[in-house]
Amino acid sequence: MWIGLFSDIHANREALESTLTHARRAGIGRFIFLGDYVGYGADPAFAVDSVMREVETGAVALRGNHDAAIAVGTGGMNSVAAEAIEWTKTRLDKAQQEFLAQLPMTFEEEARLFVHASADAPERWEYITDVESASRSFLATRAQTTFCGHVHVPQLYHLSLTGKIAGFKPVQGVELPLLGHRRWLAVLGAVGQPRDYNPAACYGALDTERGVLTFVRVPYDVETAARKIREAGLPEILSHRLIEGT
Amino acid sequence: MDRGRESGQVIDGFRLLEPLQSGGMASFWRVSRDGTDLPMLMKLPLLRPGEDPLTIIGYEVEMMVLPRLSGPHVPRFVAAGDFERPYIVMEFIEGQSLKSLLEKTPLPEDDVAAIGAKIAFALHDIHRQHVIHLDLKPSNVILRGNNAVLIDFGLSRHDQLPDLVQEDAEGPVGTGAYIAPEQVLGERTDPRSDLFALGVILYFLATGRRPFGEPQRVDGWRRRLWWDPMPPRALNPAVQPWLQEIILRCLEVDPENRYATAAQLAFDLQHPDHVNLTKRATRLRRDGIFTVAWRWLRQARNRPERRRAALTSYLADAPIVMAAIDLEADHESMNDALAHAVRRVLATQPNARLACINVLKIARLTLEKFEDESGRNPHLGRLIELKHWARAVPVAPERITYHVLESTDPAGQLIDYARHNRVDHIVVGAHGRSALRRHLGKVSARVVAEAPCTVTLVRMSDGESFRTAETQRA
Repeated sequence: MWIGLFSDIHANREALESTLTHARRAGIGRFIFLGDYVGYGADPAFAVDSVMREVETGAVALRGNHDAAIAVGTGGMNSVAAEAIEWTKTRLDKAQQEFLAQLPMTFEEEARLFVHASADAPERWEYITDVESASRSFLATRAQTTFCGHVHVPQLYHLSLTGKIAGFKPVQGVELPLLGHRRWLAVLGAVGQPRDYNPAACYGALDTERGVLTFVRVPYDVETAARKIREAGLPEILSHRLIEGT
Repeated sequence: MDRGRESGQVIDGFRLLEPLQSGGMASFWRVSRDGTDLPMLMKLPLLRPGEDPLTIIGYEVEMMVLPRLSGPHVPRFVAAGDFERPYIVMEFIEGQSLKSLLEKTPLPEDDVAAIGAKIAFALHDIHRQHVIHLDLKPSNVILRGNNAVLIDFGLSRHDQLPDLVQEDAEGPVGTGAYIAPEQVLGERTDPRSDLFALGVILYFLATGRRPFGEPQRVDGWRRRLWWDPMPPRALNPAVQPWLQEIILRCLEVDPENRYATAAQLAFDLQHPDHVNLTKRATRLRRDGIFTVAWRWLRQARNRPERRRAALTSYLADAPIVMAAIDLEADHESMNDALAHAVRRVLATQPNARLACINVLKIARLTLEKFEDESGRNPHLGRLIELKHWARAVPVAPERITYHVLESTDPAGQLIDYARHNRVDHIVVGAHGRSALRRHLGKVSARVVAEAPCTVTLVRMSDGESFRTAETQRA
């Protein structure tokens, strides 16, 4: 079975539409959303509605820190992110806010764990950016493979039988075999705000039968998404970083 | 012999037929499966407690890499087992192991060159598929028909996949006799490491001796960073300077001083007359103690930062470019246009090699050397003209060769040449409108249609200017 893995949509309508269309055309039948549907971008209501619709038809959606901030406040966020959250609150109706508030933190299926940030105390929203943070996540779960987002930079960590952990920068479009002899931690890139100097939207395509994961990049109308951020009066930097992929 | 397995046993539909020689890290069985005609081999890693972790890493690497390789130079991947029951089934290669030829060394130089070219083509093929072998040695090469087949990818590196070996190994990994100096320093991203190992094989075939012996410990492996090997001609005077040049160039400590690609090495092995001879060709002694000491000091002090380019970009930077020159062209401007197009192709590719080709069309194949009206061999005149043409193309002498071929079928000859030499890019002129030119124009049209690589077609317009049309064939 093919599963599409989408993380960090961040209210980017253009990126979300292009990505979901791409995944459907590729024949991917099941979607898992790894959180952060809102924040930064200009279309939070559209993003939440889209995810709600997918969940009604069987998709899984998890909670991200920006989604949580709508209900619990912006503690721990930088000023730009906090400003975007305050703006976002004014754009979401009650049903949309309630949807975000009830999302689960993790989802487990067979030997796979899905979480927004880290398997280690998911509510602390730790970024997995190096071997140390990856090892804390590996230690916190027995799942063979963990899928997460939050960082906005795609990376694949793996733990060998001898206990060694290493990170790997995935090449887009290349099938990566998730071999059964080791454990894997896939940090998906962002759909709506990539930060690896490649502005194209990123999602993961997992073939559970063959055990291969592909990091897919989808070009989308970045200019429109960036213009809408400026027009909404959100901080200018959020518009620039979309164009540059930072 | 591995315990608990016997002929007739069936594993996941594969029937064990007979055990083959076991390696240190795995046992091997001939296997069959209903409905499959391909001769097959099952490799079962020996995963015992306390076993070298590299056994399992090697198995994982081969499981990742082998299914992604295709073509005549690798065994075809068939199936792999799971965590509980690890195995790999692949095509059983029927042929002659290169190892079995070692008893007959030294081999005649033509044989050394022919075998070397086959292995170089196999390496070029896997390099183009993103894989560096990194454990090339005679026991991992099987000669089958016109091809060398490479086996055992357990230490290999796929440049689009995680390098499991690098991440697990405590130190350098390889085989003492064949490992490249940069591998000894822990570098596993350079395809030219395979060219070094091939240089060791060529040396062995040509002299009957290994250039660096068979050191078992890493201290011994390191010596090749400063000690240069005894020149092959000092051990076997029958080794010609061109072959020594090739071997010692492969064995250069700095990969930058080796051939840029396996295809360029194969080119020299197939064209001994065109090998650019340097001081390497005639040396009969090793470097003196002061030079060696200086190299030791230098390597001990600084470890150069290597560029970590993607494997395919090494190849893209070092293409073999072929310029098909029609010396009978009725105006100079076509040849000027060709020179301009070639200059442009080479401008961004500092390691490119240029082969200038002219085909002498003959009415029929003949075994006798034919002469023109004044009794001279027309080849010589054409070579002079080719060299004259190439003055307009600034390429270092060691990167350019000139070839006058003869054929009743010039287009077919150009296409064959390109295929045989793994040419990456052909530059050829298209001709104008006269009846004769229409006939010759068919040559370029066929080259465009049938060439195994990119073709730049240079076309003259009616005016003085010209334009080029680039076509690409996958």
